[in-house]
Amino acid sequence: MNNVFVYCEIDKTTVEEVSFELLTKGRKLANQLGVQLEAIVAGAGIKGHVEKEILSYGVDKLHVFDAEGLYPYTTKPQTDILVNLFKQEKPQICLMGATVIGRDLGPCVSSSLTSGLTADCTALEIGDYDDKKAGKHYDNLLYQIRPAFGGNIVATIVNPDHRPQMATVRSGVMKAEVVDPEYKGEVIYEDVAKFVPAEDYIVKVLERHVEKAKNNLKSSPIVVAGGYGVGSKEGFDLLRKLAEELHGEVGASRAAVDAGFCEHELQIGQTGVTVRPKVYFACGISGAIQHVAGMQESGIIISINTDPEAPINKIADYVITGSVEEVVPKLIKYYKENSK
Amino acid sequence: MSLKIVVLAKQVPDTRNVGPDAMTPQGTVNRAALPAIFNPEDLNALEQALRLKDQNPGSTIHILTMGPPRATEVIREGLYRGTDGGYLLTDRAFAGADTLATSYALSMAIRKIGVPDLIIGGRQAIDGDTAQVGPQVAQKLGLNQITYVTSIDEIKDGQITVTRHIDGGVERVQAPLPLLLTVNGDAAPCRPRNAKLVMKYKRAMAPMERPAEGLPYAEEYDKKPYLTVTQWGVADVDGDLEQCGLSGSPTKVKAVQNIVFKAKESKQLTAADADVESLVKELLDSHTIG
Repeated sequence: MNNVFVYCEIDKTTVEEVSFELLTKGRKLANQLGVQLEAIVAGAGIKGHVEKEILSYGVDKLHVFDAEGLYPYTTKPQTDILVNLFKQEKPQICLMGATVIGRDLGPCVSSSLTSGLTADCTALEIGDYDDKKAGKHYDNLLYQIRPAFGGNIVATIVNPDHRPQMATVRSGVMKAEVVDPEYKGEVIYEDVAKFVPAEDYIVKVLERHVEKAKNNLKSSPIVVAGGYGVGSKEGFDLLRKLAEELHGEVGASRAAVDAGFCEHELQIGQTGVTVRPKVYFACGISGAIQHVAGMQESGIIISINTDPEAPINKIADYVITGSVEEVVPKLIKYYKENSK
Repeated sequence: MSLKIVVLAKQVPDTRNVGPDAMTPQGTVNRAALPAIFNPEDLNALEQALRLKDQNPGSTIHILTMGPPRATEVIREGLYRGTDGGYLLTDRAFAGADTLATSYALSMAIRKIGVPDLIIGGRQAIDGDTAQVGPQVAQKLGLNQITYVTSIDEIKDGQITVTRHIDGGVERVQAPLPLLLTVNGDAAPCRPRNAKLVMKYKRAMAPMERPAEGLPYAEEYDKKPYLTVTQWGVADVDGDLEQCGLSGSPTKVKAVQNIVFKAKESKQLTAADADVESLVKELLDSHTIG
């Protein structure tokens, strides 16, 4: 009762990385609250493939739902599983990935249980809350912290009276760490038919095409990112040249993506990819918090901006005041000259 | 077959073009400094509805929106492009709603309208980016849902086939009607306004905004009933006050911070060759690059 739950997402019979990241965070929250960590995994033919790896993140109890029709994911059966399990187990916290699946499933579960859900959190903490109007004090609530309003503010959200407290977190925001490869947790093989009525398998997936990510942005040690200040598609070609030279990857801010300078896959930030490279070149990026949320843990941040007051300069290790089209070719030139 | 379609749309502050005056010195959002626009992905949703209407003669589209009276603008934008009408949900009791209280209000309005064949909305609104309201409306109405839709491929024998975005790829999915869809920003962009329809509907208004009797154009509303947009409050949709607005919202905002970055000691450089070269050398020497 009142444990921390993590919904594990799967691709065929392997668990997605984002779920391990959430299990790691969930373990820490459970330790802080003095409760157990439980996990849920649902798919077809997963029995025997996923248990040991999930438990190794410090899971005390794993609920496995294995049945034909649970993969590929469709909304209703998985909602049934979570809603019925939560009615029984009464978790205090439930975390899921802010993936296409998590953002489809989370709202249905929260609506069904009338509990609060906060999307795309960038930090989760435990803390107290005073409701001054009602004169009530709450201990140990989940602080769900996220940039809001286009990234101009950071809001801390709490759910004082409703359980579970639900939050989604993007892939790459938290770090995955195995607790013990031999961690001893309980595995329960649930009877899926008790949770999902047959008529809820109503949406049919006819075809699926999944491609490996076109870029290696998430794990690249060097990222050359461009913002609205890059000015054009051609400007991004210049960034590509620098990235190629340095064996890095090109990223972008939302403003650059919205302006059509580059494709959406390159977006770094709260609603894009989170990166932690050794070096981050911020080219013509002003630094909305939403963007910073996705790159602030970079080793060295180099800002290239014509505006010496650009907010991103405050977190930069090096600030080059100048235009992208002037500075980037020089970076390429001097790198070529000095690296040989 | 002719279809009954409801499009969910929201008027949002344009958070994409935020200027320095967007925040007040007190750290709150200065809404007056941001233009109010039709939420971009809701326009993609509207286009999908209009295409279905083109292909299925006799179909009807109504926009449902919740907001202050000025949100009637999104209903007008729909009329300018070929929708049949709209519903404005407006009431002080709806204010301060989180996604759950919002979806409750919208679902009660849809019950009042009568559950249509299709409910189509944008995937998410740019002021919150939560993507929660669509699925929560579906859940409250007991409907199936398909999110992240990029195109509607076919409707036949009460079954709809759509293409949707998934992480790292695409999926084709089939489901029976009635159904709720949320549409992605990479779906087809919305068609422009039709000039004739703009002329016809430019004075379409909710009763609350209409000119008082005796003022210019006041008499037009009696002659042209299509200029009156349906306006509903909590009582009109048989809403339970406890489930609306702030009191119906399980999430509470504990704190809001204006963004102040932790200042680092940064090295200031110019774009001069000497500065750039010394930086590159420094990075190479420390094996940070190369």
